[in-house]
Amino acid sequence: MTPLSETTPMRRPVISLAKINFGLIVFIILYAAIASLQPNYLEAGLFMNFLRRAAPLIILAVGQLYVVLTGGFDLSVGAIVTLVVLAASILINGDPEMTWPMIGVLYLMGLAVGLVNGLIVTFLKVPSIIATLGTMLLVNGIALAWSGGAARGDLPDNFRDLGRFLMRDVWLIGSLPLAVIILLLFLMFAWWGLHGTVYGKRALAIGDNPRAAELAGLPVAATRIAAFVVSALAAVTAGILVGGFSGVSVNAGRGMELQAIAACVIGGAQLLGGRGSLWSALFGALSLFALFTLLNLAGLPQALRDSIQGVILIAAVGASAWRDRRKT
Amino acid sequence: MQYKAVVAALVAMAFAGVSYAQEFNDPAEFKKQREQLSMTPQGPQGKPWAQHLGDRMVDAAKYKKDGPVTICFSNAGIFNPWRVVGMHNLQAEAELHKDRIKELVVVDAEGKDDKQISDIEALVSGGKCDALIVSPNTTAALTPAVEAACAKLPVIVFDRGVATKCPVTYIHPVGGYGFGITSGEFIASKLPKGANVLALRIMPGVDVLETRYSAAKNIFDEAGLKVIGSEFTGSDRAKTKAVVEDYINRGEKIDAVWMDAGDTSTAALEAFEDAGLPYPVISGEDQQDFLRKWQKDKLTAIGPSYPTYQWRTAILGALDVLDGKQVPGPEWILPQPAITQDTLASYIDERMPPLHYSLCGCQDLPGYPELWGGKK
Repeated sequence: MTPLSETTPMRRPVISLAKINFGLIVFIILYAAIASLQPNYLEAGLFMNFLRRAAPLIILAVGQLYVVLTGGFDLSVGAIVTLVVLAASILINGDPEMTWPMIGVLYLMGLAVGLVNGLIVTFLKVPSIIATLGTMLLVNGIALAWSGGAARGDLPDNFRDLGRFLMRDVWLIGSLPLAVIILLLFLMFAWWGLHGTVYGKRALAIGDNPRAAELAGLPVAATRIAAFVVSALAAVTAGILVGGFSGVSVNAGRGMELQAIAACVIGGAQLLGGRGSLWSALFGALSLFALFTLLNLAGLPQALRDSIQGVILIAAVGASAWRDRRKT
Repeated sequence: MQYKAVVAALVAMAFAGVSYAQEFNDPAEFKKQREQLSMTPQGPQGKPWAQHLGDRMVDAAKYKKDGPVTICFSNAGIFNPWRVVGMHNLQAEAELHKDRIKELVVVDAEGKDDKQISDIEALVSGGKCDALIVSPNTTAALTPAVEAACAKLPVIVFDRGVATKCPVTYIHPVGGYGFGITSGEFIASKLPKGANVLALRIMPGVDVLETRYSAAKNIFDEAGLKVIGSEFTGSDRAKTKAVVEDYINRGEKIDAVWMDAGDTSTAALEAFEDAGLPYPVISGEDQQDFLRKWQKDKLTAIGPSYPTYQWRTAILGALDVLDGKQVPGPEWILPQPAITQDTLASYIDERMPPLHYSLCGCQDLPGYPELWGGKK
């Protein structure tokens, strides 16, 4: 990817209210609500634990953002998470020495799914929501057939540590989960991809108006394919963290694709492309996860929780859209 | 405002609890299953899948059929590890009786009532089947289809029931109350009055799961234990772990974790590990991962079961009926053992996958352990 040229306008030093990411506001409100129910969530250790649990969703949302910016959806990511968890346990089968080579294999599998998604969308011109729905079913089917419908094999401790290990007695923050370090590295890499190279501008241009972008000579096909590949690789990373956090399960990634899309939208990314930044995905995912935690802590019955979750989601997305309309 | 909302929610929850309670809290059934748990089973020693509780038998002389037979099986589906293990049991049991069984026809309804209804119709009208085994997807929806099948050939039902007495026999272990009684009484015996129990459940509204909870809840109430929460986890390990972490973070001490199914029990225990807390008293199930952890970390635990060996019984029952023998009926109630500290070691098999159900009774079947996903 080409580095950004020097002509990029300098950011204005003054932070205006309108510039603050909407997802951040939602997140702060929800986290304040959590802290009011459960004041120890203000301790650094519990916040780190919160981040550890939110990490897979944040990573998925950031990957999803790459696709959303270009005007697409990637519904296959939840299935990839499931496949990664099941495949890791079958391939590694409890042997710690196999962990690292097999993580390589998992990324290759993710790369393959991402390429298939990208190629179907760009060359067969299938709308991404249909194409990735297809790969979602395909990948889910492969995962179930391969595992025989039940979790098999085992994950060794060095794999589990990626999602579970906590460094204790860390200065200032008390404990630092390995998953949070992985999350930060991933975010830095994703930020560089979106904001440090021309890729981000291309993606925005294509999402805004694909025809114009093509006429302007942008590599539309390559950009789109790259977006799906990044999303799939992010899903593999998330899957490794999920498997590490909680172990083998046949429904590890169920529903995660929709959560990732919802996270992007809460953070202010525009569905069908053309607007959004890394912060949209990050704060959107944090807000969504804070919402889940809040409803868990409030101890409401399941049915009521699901309804409240739905209402808050619609309200957050609606408010975000309304705020953007006022700006333009 | 917040408190009002919480109060309103609590009231709603209390009423929801009452309405469930009436449906799934039947004192007569509770008492019956409690008695069955302590009964001495009849039948061959050491082969619980061929045993039965109680004395009632039905005569199957009119179904007697000589020569090789075709047995048909309409399965609700293979949608969880329990059913995967069970299906292997059933197939391997049929393999044992190759000389008598000409063909075993298996149709999978993929968890859909309508598909299972048409599956049963097709099997019956196909005329090939000498006996039909049904594992119904849901009770009410499948009743008419089973009744229609009864008119044509002998029917054996197992696992979930149907609302008709027409099948020759209905094979099932003691039941949900029994499961809840075993696990509830164990936890109550290990804790002082006033201790806190967290209940983790798969989903609401399923009778076999609701009865497990209502039975355990009755016992906790009697023993003066406090159920600090009853949460649904959807069998999702990540969700289970997150829910337990949230409870730990509330600062309330959790003395015991009661589970209505054991598939996420190790995830629940990991939440305690990660928080640096001692393990609670726990009731899981008969899965390998739980049993291994129990042994390794010296837990105070019990593994009640809903044994998968009943899938073997279905084939045995069908063959007995076609032999014209006396079979236990109209209900063939199988013993429902629990794994305890004393029997723990005998149920652990390091070759088996983590979610293998140890009370499969399959150790002597052809193809064990590979067929069940184990290593040689």
